Amino acid sequence: MSVVAGADLDAELRPMVAHAWQVLAGVSDPEIPVISVVDLGIVRSITTAAHGLEVRVTPTYAGCPATHVIEADIIAALAAAGLAARVVTTLSPAWSTDWISVHGRARLKEYGIAPPGQDAVDADSGCRSQSLQFYPACPQCNSKNTERLSQFGSTPCKSLYRCLACREPFDYFKPL
Amino acid sequence: MVAAMATRVATKTTSPEHIDYLLRLGDSSLVLGQRLAEWTGHGPVLEEDIAMANIALDFIGQARLLLTHAGNLEGKGRNEDALAYFRDARAFRNVTLCELPNSGIAKGHGQSADYAFTVVRNLLFCAWQTQLWAALAQSADAELAAIAAKSAKETAYHLRHASDWTIRFGDGTPASHERAQAALDQLMPYTNELFATDAVEEVVAAAGIGVRGAELHAGWKSLVQAILDESALKMPVASAFQSTGKSGIHSEHMDYLLIEMQSVARQHPGAQW
Repeated sequence: MSVVAGADLDAELRPMVAHAWQVLAGVSDPEIPVISVVDLGIVRSITTAAHGLEVRVTPTYAGCPATHVIEADIIAALAAAGLAARVVTTLSPAWSTDWISVHGRARLKEYGIAPPGQDAVDADSGCRSQSLQFYPACPQCNSKNTERLSQFGSTPCKSLYRCLACREPFDYFKPL
Repeated sequence: MVAAMATRVATKTTSPEHIDYLLRLGDSSLVLGQRLAEWTGHGPVLEEDIAMANIALDFIGQARLLLTHAGNLEGKGRNEDALAYFRDARAFRNVTLCELPNSGIAKGHGQSADYAFTVVRNLLFCAWQTQLWAALAQSADAELAAIAAKSAKETAYHLRHASDWTIRFGDGTPASHERAQAALDQLMPYTNELFATDAVEEVVAAAGIGVRGAELHAGWKSLVQAILDESALKMPVASAFQSTGKSGIHSEHMDYLLIEMQSVARQHPGAQW
């Protein structure tokens, strides 16, 4: 019963759910504050339940320590807007970087993080994927002449690259 | 620290084997996560320090999901923390491979850690997890299937990291090659346990919940062999050695690991921070 479909919501409740989506569009990811939890694609649905709204959220990485902060931020932002809500964690289907919105990708690039390549990883084939040959464009100068410094970066969702054209190091949002 | 997790309570009675199987998977991830976290602040270079902390975090994330699920099915009110911090070694079901010290077996506890040993263990374990998650994504236990599908994506990155470094060590200097080969020779006998199907696995496999260890062997071997070929490392000859961690009978290294992992929680039971 996702709000996007919305067909079986009462006319009275529909504006409340739409309002909640607006509020969450203003809730930032705690580790990458330029992107909202909605643009990140982790808010899967907002529905109405007996005691207020139910927000279904999926984690980016299972062990990501930001998950609890995100839950608390969502509840606090909705409460400030006069909406009682609870957060339910949902694992399936597993989050994918393909769910990051076009707006979110643009915001990441402006912030200096190369957005995830959509053709870069084949999770099914494991380590022997083509992505070993994938070079993200530098978010500063757009050169594709880049190299990987480390597969793991400052947060679980990023790896560390360097641009060989402008010499700037940059984070790359790992495709998942 | 328990998230408001969407729990799927079993509609029929959960078998003890089902819970045991989840503990095997969750404990293996937890214990290896603890071992890898020992590198935090001690990595050979900064990037690898960060990488190992990230991988450890992912393993602990897997463990949280699996242990939470096991505790819910068990129905005795044990959450992830109760299972991680208040069981003793005999109640842990991780495979022995995961508890071996980072220094390697020969040197024993408290000796200087060996990155080649850590990397080669990750290669062997993550190649196994790659096969495991692919099989469990079809599990009749819907929560386990969801955890497997989620974990598979992260494991692809762990395996790639371990593969890259195994190739670099094996095909590197004579010294790095020798250490990688020595690590492989020490570790390979402990992989037998991953593929030794026992009564627990027979029950969960028959119920469509889990998979027989033996069924994962062919896929695992071809994954590992491909990396060894590229590394110029030799697959050790097969050994009859059987470790028994998944039945709760652990090596001498397990208690040291648990003392470190559990001491704070046990000194301050119920503490919130």
